[in-house]
Amino acid sequence: MNEADLPQFNIQIGNELTWNVKPILHEIRHGLRKLLETGESSIIDLRSIPLAPGEEETIIDTLGCGEVHAKLNALGPSEIYETRFAGVWLITHFNEESSIISRFIEITVFPDILKSQSDDMTFALDLLENELDDGAESDKTELHAETNT
Amino acid sequence: MTKDLSRKDKTLGEALRSQGISRRSFLKFCAATASMMALPPSMIPTIAHALEKARRPSVIWLSFQECTGCTESLTRAHTATIESLIFDSISLDYHHTLQAAAGHAAEAAREAAMEENDGQYLVVVDGSIPLGNPGYSTIAGISNYDMLIDTAKGAAAIITVGTCAAFGGIPHAKPNPTGAVSVSDIIKDKPIINVPGCPPIPVVITGVLTHFLTFGTIPDLDNLGRPKTFYGQSIHDRCYRRPFYDKGLFAETFDDEGARKGWCLYKLGCKGPTTYNACATTKWNGGVSFPIEAGHPCLGCSEPDFWDGGGFYKAISMPTENITKTAIYAAAAGAAAGIAIGATGRMKKAGARKAHQKVTIDDLEK
Repeated sequence: MNEADLPQFNIQIGNELTWNVKPILHEIRHGLRKLLETGESSIIDLRSIPLAPGEEETIIDTLGCGEVHAKLNALGPSEIYETRFAGVWLITHFNEESSIISRFIEITVFPDILKSQSDDMTFALDLLENELDDGAESDKTELHAETNT
Repeated sequence: MTKDLSRKDKTLGEALRSQGISRRSFLKFCAATASMMALPPSMIPTIAHALEKARRPSVIWLSFQECTGCTESLTRAHTATIESLIFDSISLDYHHTLQAAAGHAAEAAREAAMEENDGQYLVVVDGSIPLGNPGYSTIAGISNYDMLIDTAKGAAAIITVGTCAAFGGIPHAKPNPTGAVSVSDIIKDKPIINVPGCPPIPVVITGVLTHFLTFGTIPDLDNLGRPKTFYGQSIHDRCYRRPFYDKGLFAETFDDEGARKGWCLYKLGCKGPTTYNACATTKWNGGVSFPIEAGHPCLGCSEPDFWDGGGFYKAISMPTENITKTAIYAAAAGAAAGIAIGATGRMKKAGARKAHQKVTIDDLEK
């Protein structure tokens, strides 16, 4: 049987959209205006809105890719990039099996999740100090051993 | 034991930090939690603040007349790391499918958890309770009814997981041979959160647990005791095929042009308009799809008596008693082979009964 003879059976993709793509893009537009005028950030949870197969991809394609692209490794990978519209970021969190667990559009100057967190910095400072102290301690021991010989 | 108690005394924030989980990872967890609980992303800092200070509640999970599908749904959830974090944030003190202990040792664990956490523990129930005869379902020789009454006494709240525990489910379907009832048919003096579904969406189960952890209260419930966050809107209202319904574009069979184009499945028996659940937005298998997206009508599994609703492939506006008409419709449309075959089978049986004649030895010798 030729490929052309096969029945075209694709229940996954309809010919028409849910009409939620444009309203989301307009919401982003209003969010960006608000950010510029008041400095207030906003977030859209893409998984809370009914979208037909392919519509999320349409939104992502429309937003495109900008200048910044970051990857996190925190409880599984996350991908964060600024879209071609400055101030509009796409944040995708994956689990350790690389399945998407949440996806947000964040309209902000810089996403919070990329900033170093004060708890982590406190822990980092302790760690660094301990390592340096241990290093100094072992230097002292080595020096002592050399002096004795 | 001392180690366990000290672990229980830790806040969730402390427990996560002791596992080497960074603040940034915790924020990611909170973002996924907000999304899972259908809360606005602006709530992420609130969730982070509350969860960090939350203490691990003791959870006693009772499995009665059930198929273990609800536990399977939860333990095979897609977000392994996130789910395990939520599991880590509770103290699951009794779950006879998951725990290593059995028999008297398992029951001793339940009794100890009840005594240590009197008035504060959560009871999760999956499965219905048979009232017809206590012997239909027992655990360690204790009837489901007695175990529920005993365990519920000191509970802060009860979460029923699955349609069986919430509404009686399949065991309650006609003719209900075991006299199955739901938890709320028996327990009247405790807050009950119904999380129906056959099975429920895993993140809905963990979402309810997380809500309790985050806010220390039970969520807003609808008239059937279901959290409005997840059951506040009908499948139909949140379905991506809804615009086709509004335009009057329906699939009439499972292989016609409408089906191929992804039109509304209402005429194929979709119960989306009368079913309240989060399938259309949260979806299944890590947000990959849900039954309607796969081309199958919603069965309405999160509603009471969904099994006795008159046929999964019969449009909800059609009268349920007119079997002949339904069978003709279904056969003509090629839509509900099950119904048509069932109707044909019943007709054949009736015909056979009518034509039946007793066979005698004389007949056999002819």
